[in-house]
Amino acid sequence: MEHIISVTVENKFGVLSRIAGLFSGRGFNIESLSVAPTLDPSMSQMTIVTSGDERIVEQIVKQLNKLIDVIKVVDLNESDFVSRETALIKVHTRQEDRAEALRIADIFRANVIDSTPSTYTIEVTGDPRKIEAIINLLQPLGIKELTRTGRVAVAREPLRSAAAQPKKVARE
Amino acid sequence: MKLTGAEIFIECLKREGVKTLFALPGGVVLKIFDMLHQQKDIDVILTRHEQGAGHMAEGYAKATGKAGVCLVTSGPGMTNVITALADAYMDSVPLVCFSGQVPTSLIGNDAFQEADNVGLSRPCTKYNFLVKDVNELASTIKEAFYIATTGRPGPVLVDIPKDVSMDKAEFTYPNSVSIRGYNPTYEGNKWQIKQAAEAIMKAKKPVLYVGGGVVFSGASQELIELAELTQIPVDMTLMGLGAFPGEHPLSMGMMGMHGTYQANMAVHYADLVVAIGARFDDRVTGKVSEFCPYAKIVHIDIDPTSIRKNIHVDIPIVGDCKAVLRELIQILKATVNGEQKELRKAWWDQIREWERAHPLTYQQEKDGPIKPQHVIKRLYELTKDRDPIVSTDVGQHQMWAAQYFKLAKPNRWLTSGGLGTMGFGFPAAMGAQAAFPGRLVLCVAGDGSVQMNMQEMATAVVSKLPVKIIVLNNRFHGMVRQWQDLFYEGRYASSYLDTTPDFVKLAEAYGARGLRASKVGDLDGILKEAIAANGPVIVDVPTHPYENVYPMIPAGGCNHEMILEDPPELKQKQTGAGKVVPEDKDTILTA
Repeated sequence: MEHIISVTVENKFGVLSRIAGLFSGRGFNIESLSVAPTLDPSMSQMTIVTSGDERIVEQIVKQLNKLIDVIKVVDLNESDFVSRETALIKVHTRQEDRAEALRIADIFRANVIDSTPSTYTIEVTGDPRKIEAIINLLQPLGIKELTRTGRVAVAREPLRSAAAQPKKVARE
Repeated sequence: MKLTGAEIFIECLKREGVKTLFALPGGVVLKIFDMLHQQKDIDVILTRHEQGAGHMAEGYAKATGKAGVCLVTSGPGMTNVITALADAYMDSVPLVCFSGQVPTSLIGNDAFQEADNVGLSRPCTKYNFLVKDVNELASTIKEAFYIATTGRPGPVLVDIPKDVSMDKAEFTYPNSVSIRGYNPTYEGNKWQIKQAAEAIMKAKKPVLYVGGGVVFSGASQELIELAELTQIPVDMTLMGLGAFPGEHPLSMGMMGMHGTYQANMAVHYADLVVAIGARFDDRVTGKVSEFCPYAKIVHIDIDPTSIRKNIHVDIPIVGDCKAVLRELIQILKATVNGEQKELRKAWWDQIREWERAHPLTYQQEKDGPIKPQHVIKRLYELTKDRDPIVSTDVGQHQMWAAQYFKLAKPNRWLTSGGLGTMGFGFPAAMGAQAAFPGRLVLCVAGDGSVQMNMQEMATAVVSKLPVKIIVLNNRFHGMVRQWQDLFYEGRYASSYLDTTPDFVKLAEAYGARGLRASKVGDLDGILKEAIAANGPVIVDVPTHPYENVYPMIPAGGCNHEMILEDPPELKQKQTGAGKVVPEDKDTILTA
């Protein structure tokens, strides 16, 4: 099963390779990984999309916690969360396709952020299914380049009761 | 006053109480060696190979419980010490390794003797540092010792570029360390401990499964108290040997692939297994899906990742063995009464029956080749009053030592368990000897493995480390040969060593003593002579080449399905009547 794990780490050199090394060394999957500094510049926030059965995900969380540069680990699947991904899609557009490309972008509330006589570069944000959907529609026009950020995610704030709080994965 | 990086290094080591440094110099660490040369507080033991330095530091750490420290140069110095780091990582040995690095301005330029030390050691250290600024050197060293020795211990690498060792900075040594991402749990969850106590009270067929964590935690006294209080049999892993007295009536001896019959049967048929500082390694569990199939499992370990890594655990307790056992004993003291003994009478009857049915055994003929088990047994009986430290290499001799050398106390057993590093034993013994110059330190080795770090004999002679090496010389990589006999139809692919050096002459070539016991009748005398000798000694004992280690659980087999003796086709070899290999060269049985 797919799990999204949010990891707060020290913002210093070599941390990314420690995380990547942990996943490769122990044979865990990484589907995507995104990382950037937090409000506190001494820390970075990572969102790792991984998969595995319950036992494997438990090990992933524990092994991440064991890394000395890891400050906090939250398995977002333990509660409700929202996730988004951004894709930049450079579409090849013949004259007769240009209107169609814009229509598709419009449907997905995507933006054209660069334009040449024969291409549009479209920026789209959403959940992975939305990204897949726009890619499917644009593909017949001819996609020249595609780059995706990988997902970022955050736990939803509870509406009422505190019981719905995302469970912090404490160090046992 | 400002100090150079090299001076800061030495000041930091002194403040950490480091008395012995195992080291080998090279270009980028010359400044540090130059400063070491001008001081007297830290004893520098010059090794002949960096791997030796690493294993010596491990032996020092295992015998003392404190961090072992080694210093190597960049590039090849670093790559040579990697094996020791990986070994220490697998066996949770507190180690601080300092490596030299090319000057910061050259890092990444493929400079002479440059290697990516931090990158190389990342998967085999608990943590590692590259010090880029001399102002950070002292705090980094403080953190390195803190990380190596706290929580689940492990090796830490500090990489020091040449310019950092020469630059100057104000020296202040921090009093304490705070790392926000690193807060090991020492106290166990009280509710969980209570659950464990209740499970222990109720169990009819309980077993304690004890690993190396008990040794590093210093929890032997607590373990003995717990076992005696509750009258539960104690199974030890290879790493746990010595944590519980080997001759104690509650001791089942070693468990696992070459564990005793009673230890493996007990854990298989138990209704409660309390794992303490152990990690359910495949050499212990065999086929993990059928490991202790009838038991509820309590697992006490300081490392949360050990829990439920290999096996489902019913009552997990994360914490330091010593702290958790204390708490557990306190609860049990209030509740244990005579009933448990009655409740478990049938269990003990069964265990004693297992013990009687298949004790550890071997046949030593009076005039026949010396049996390796006999050597260990005699060595044990001749030295046990002196409370020796025993190291081993890896292979058959290691298993026999584990079976027959019944250690009474912890920190006496230096062996490479997780990584299984041949060549570990001799340097590890030297490290322990450096920590305890007056103690008797024995190294049980095989003729194959001892050659892997033989160069350190020069270190032993020069640094006056009077380690006694007992080589069980069967001219084979014996464990490989055993597997080939059992699983590869006796095809000895690269396991017969053909020529081994004359170990007596080899010892003499280094300026040490060499002795040989060729006949059973000579054995005691030669062993006594070795033990009484002042300097390092190699005792070469030609042993029966086809002796196998039993019991044996084949890899992936179940714990109650042990091979207890040679199958009929191998028995011939035992008596010397069978085919011997290779025929034209065979002097094995007649030598």
